[in-house]
Amino acid sequence: MLPRPWSKPCSKFQTMHMTHPSSCSCSRPILLPQTYSHGEQKNTLPVIDVSNVSFAYGNRDVLTNVSLQVTAGDFLAIIGPNGGGKTTLIKLLLGLLSPAKGSINILGHDPRRTRPAVGYVPQHAQTQTCFPITVQEVTLLGLRRSKKNFWSTLWPGYLQEEKSRALDTLALVDMADLAHQRFDALSGGQKQRVLVARALISNPALLLFDEPTSNIDPQGKICLFDLLSTLSKSITIVMVSHDLISASTRITSMAAVNKTLIQSPGRELTPAMLELIYGSHDTSCPLDEYIRGVSDIFSNQTNSKRHD
Amino acid sequence: MIDIFALDFMQHALWAGLLASLACGLIGSLVVINRQVFMAGGVAHAAYGGVGLAFFLSLPVLPCTLIFTSLAALAMALLSFKRAERSDSLAGILWAAGMALGIILMDLTPGYNVDLMSYLFGSLLAVPKSDLWFMTGLDCIILGMVFFGYKDFLSLSFDLEFARSTGVPVRMLYILLQVLTAITVVMIIRVTGLILIIALLTIPPMLAELFTNSLWKMMLVACLASLCFCLAGLTLAFYFDLTSGAAIIAVATTCYFLGWCGRFCLHIAK
Repeated sequence: MLPRPWSKPCSKFQTMHMTHPSSCSCSRPILLPQTYSHGEQKNTLPVIDVSNVSFAYGNRDVLTNVSLQVTAGDFLAIIGPNGGGKTTLIKLLLGLLSPAKGSINILGHDPRRTRPAVGYVPQHAQTQTCFPITVQEVTLLGLRRSKKNFWSTLWPGYLQEEKSRALDTLALVDMADLAHQRFDALSGGQKQRVLVARALISNPALLLFDEPTSNIDPQGKICLFDLLSTLSKSITIVMVSHDLISASTRITSMAAVNKTLIQSPGRELTPAMLELIYGSHDTSCPLDEYIRGVSDIFSNQTNSKRHD
Repeated sequence: MIDIFALDFMQHALWAGLLASLACGLIGSLVVINRQVFMAGGVAHAAYGGVGLAFFLSLPVLPCTLIFTSLAALAMALLSFKRAERSDSLAGILWAAGMALGIILMDLTPGYNVDLMSYLFGSLLAVPKSDLWFMTGLDCIILGMVFFGYKDFLSLSFDLEFARSTGVPVRMLYILLQVLTAITVVMIIRVTGLILIIALLTIPPMLAELFTNSLWKMMLVACLASLCFCLAGLTLAFYFDLTSGAAIIAVATTCYFLGWCGRFCLHIAK
């Protein structure tokens, strides 16, 4: 029997009465998982343990000898160039692909066995457009099938308890007042929030984000990162993102992927990581200015944290 | 108008329209939201190969066509799941290959077959009772599959990648959807004929989508719309001596454009 620490009874959770935005009509109490303190480990097993994994699509090597460890409470950003293997790594962590070499453990078990504990948030652009579905129904799609609720999976409708749970989850992402709105009528940022709610409804221990800020305007990005910062206090988050600058103040650790992987012990963006992603450049190259700018931002943040 | 439905053949036509409407509303909605209209067209025209095979081997037409079309849909589902980017080309190949096979088998069948045109253009007014029982059985299968698999079909249609990550058997459901499309196509052969099947499969769901915000509501409205089109088309065909299938599609097309204009006007007014 697979142990499920993420589904212990309600004594593990604290009930909070959040102050809802004035536009939100939901007044039900919202359950949040127990808050982690950084440095406090809830159990000795890493949440993610990737060991010497290699993967190829046909004859094309995508990942070679990749190792990664993520502990509980981490907010890890995975960065890298297009085609570097970031999305492939996410799919390996979800158990959608199997590594050719090496091993992957999520919460100490094979990823396919721990799918109920992992929430996945793809880019909102991946979903169908012009689709007849409401925000609440999108959220309810995140409910997981299990032996206990097998018969309710076959029934086309949802129980009142499930609908209430969806509304509570939407309230967490500040979208409860749009629960009966069509999903395709929302803005990009709102859609991404609903997809986060879809992942949260099953109370995951781990959230995987695949470029959540793509196709979102700057205001939407800020709101989304604020939400992720709040969630990261109670759920381990792994996020693939190109948006280093917006992510810089929220993350706790970073990994660079470009066929291989370099994981930074903290939030430092090391020269080795920059070289892995962008390669070596002449100082006259336009990309060099961007690289120096990003490096300066991370250096300043690391220095200010040391001073604090 | 009610008097015309006192006639036996009109009652059979009405029942056939009702049974076909149920299948069109349910499966047509899934075909439209999954953007598989062209693939459904390929399956529909490939069914002609089954009709030709039935005549060539002197077998009952609908059961033989059902088996042939289901196998063709299964083959296309397996190939297109592997190469999704070329699914429209595969549908085109199936479309042409099925029609060619049907024509060749008809050429090789001795004698002249008066029923041939009824499979190409429909013969709703000539549906025998045995076909009604056959259609009822197929409807029960379609209704059962859609009822019990509704949530999984919804998840698969909206976001395939996420559905896989939550344990939904996406490959099996994709193949099942193609086979259910094949079953629906065989049911509608009598109503509109092979040539116009795709219209009855797509117009009612597209009209329903204009006014609904949920898949189950879209299916319900599509079933009702399809039934209304069948009734109106049958009535027009009776009084004006028209081909019933074509009359049904003409009514459906007109209603779709009126519905689209109505929605556009509502949008302007807001």
